[in-house]
Amino acid sequence: MSTAVAADSGQTGDLPARARVAVAAGKVTGAVSRAAGRGSGAVIGGRVALRLDPELLARLTAGRECVLVSATNGKTTTTRLIAEALRAVGQVASNALGANMPAGITAAMAQDREAQYAVIEVDEKYLPGVARQTKPKAIALLNLSRDQLDRAAETRMMAQRWRDGLAGTEATVVANADDPLVVWAAGLAPNVVWVAAGQAWQEDAWSCPQCGGVLKRPGQDWMCASCDFRRPTPTWLLEGEALRDPFGVRIGLTGLKLPGRANRANATTAAAVAAIFGVDPQVAVHRMEQVTAVAGRYDTVQYRGRALRLLLAKNPAGWLETFDLVTGGADHPVLLSVNALGADGTDTSWLWDVDYTRLAGRPVLVIGQRRLDLAVRLQVAGVEFSVYDDVDAAVDAAPEGLIDVIANYTAFQQVRQRVGA
Amino acid sequence: MTVATARRLGESALRIVWIYPDLLSTYGDQGNALILAYRAAARGHRVERIDVRSDQTVPMDADIYLIGGGEDRPQRLAAERLRRDPGLGRAADRGAAILAVCAGFQLLGHTFYDEQEGVLPGLGLIDATSHRGTVRCVGEVVADPDPGLTVGGASLPTLTGFENHMGTTLLGPGVRALGTVRVGNGNGAGAGTDGAYVGKIAGTYLHGPVLARNPALADLLLGWADGNSGRSPVDDDWHLKLRAERLAAVGP
Repeated sequence: MSTAVAADSGQTGDLPARARVAVAAGKVTGAVSRAAGRGSGAVIGGRVALRLDPELLARLTAGRECVLVSATNGKTTTTRLIAEALRAVGQVASNALGANMPAGITAAMAQDREAQYAVIEVDEKYLPGVARQTKPKAIALLNLSRDQLDRAAETRMMAQRWRDGLAGTEATVVANADDPLVVWAAGLAPNVVWVAAGQAWQEDAWSCPQCGGVLKRPGQDWMCASCDFRRPTPTWLLEGEALRDPFGVRIGLTGLKLPGRANRANATTAAAVAAIFGVDPQVAVHRMEQVTAVAGRYDTVQYRGRALRLLLAKNPAGWLETFDLVTGGADHPVLLSVNALGADGTDTSWLWDVDYTRLAGRPVLVIGQRRLDLAVRLQVAGVEFSVYDDVDAAVDAAPEGLIDVIANYTAFQQVRQRVGA
Repeated sequence: MTVATARRLGESALRIVWIYPDLLSTYGDQGNALILAYRAAARGHRVERIDVRSDQTVPMDADIYLIGGGEDRPQRLAAERLRRDPGLGRAADRGAAILAVCAGFQLLGHTFYDEQEGVLPGLGLIDATSHRGTVRCVGEVVADPDPGLTVGGASLPTLTGFENHMGTTLLGPGVRALGTVRVGNGNGAGAGTDGAYVGKIAGTYLHGPVLARNPALADLLLGWADGNSGRSPVDDDWHLKLRAERLAAVGP
């Protein structure tokens, strides 16, 4: 432990004494937490360090060029894609494991004091505060939709919080023109790059965030029927299997290892962010093609004689995008797991916003703490299913071959741990 | 009136109207529409589901109306538009069945509270007024249904659901509570009751959605609409297991 502090002292030489103590204390606490087997130790270490020096995050990011990434869905993946793209121009520090609240961000920044660039995933609730501290060069806003009903305020309130917090920001905001709530959120930022990244889930965006009128959605366009709020003209576009940059150059995205429309959208936004740092989009996309899995997501794991592909879906919008990834023949099984622990939100009502009829005809295997909620949901959807006590029993019941596993937050962690991913 | 509006098998479709999904569908409220449609089909009805967005008019000749949950702003917008649209009031006069949940329940009362504009008028279909409570009520609820509610010749089984609101609803003499709260808050901290019913209108703070947790309540609504007071011929095994698990989760 004392060696950890000594070894770091060289790197922290430019920080004031109080911040040096905070970084060292954070690392010691992190090391103790790791030794005790309590996760990576990063979050608890960051928490201790922030208590000793509340300005620590500002100090640890001062002098670096920062990117913040926030959204309801896709922020961990997009953070990873942007980090890969920016490595074309230099070293990048990032909270790559998804610890996206101030303590986790601070810990990640303390961990890597050398990197010139920092790509930071930020929990939606903390975006304005983290933006104030880190003075980012770019902020990527991907989407906003309902998530964790028992905890978060309504989705529009989140958009309002972003809007107020980002008013007058010096950062270039890279925002999804197809999500009306994101457009509202970016509305007071002076410098916005609009990306047509698409919006599969539209149920949280029928009501105009400006006046409460009803939004019209002819084709890809949208506008309020009652006021002047409408879709801005994007300069970056996701067009099917390719992105189109502001010069009209089409760059294919079929080489991405991460599957699905949502990841092509994430890559388009990541390329737009990388361009702000002078990275050519062709180079950016080429680097993004090297990413195969992000914190276990999209990983394929051999387990009990089957190949399990692990997919995370935390909320209705996430499930909708994830159903697009379920491929293979009609007899190809899908394993669903749903929990309602604290980190998931303890209200399972959202299951009824997910269109499970999309799985009809396939063998559907159901596990998880709230498997009975899911069973009732599937019965009413007219989807055949069978319920198992745990992942082992469900996997054993499936034929050999590929199984797509779709799980919400803590259920995903549990499956990952069990199958050794 | 019951006889006049009772919908007999094979006559015409049983029409289920979901009011303002663009504003009031925060808590999986679509689930109540799906469950009613599923059980109505099992009763032999052809089912027509009509989702009415807030820029459309509410039809007055449907059989069952659903109105769901949402936060202050969409609740205020919904109330403004429903006060201008006579559809739901006329449907209620005709004796149509109505299930209102959370924000939807509040706006069927005489008044409700809006953070921005204070006390606002509701539709006055339920003799109740809603106010801002002092604590947020979040979590599981268990309630004993009013003994006056029966399905299939038996009392309605224990109500289970999940609540998430800051409202306090005071019931007037013109309605009865839907249930007496055993666990959780229902009509507000200390109220001791959840929801209200009068005629064929029922309101509750429970979601989950409420009909997924309480299929007998779905049958009660269907019985109000089609005159058949029996249980729907549906295999309720998973519903029953879910109910048992949820009731066990909050203790005896």
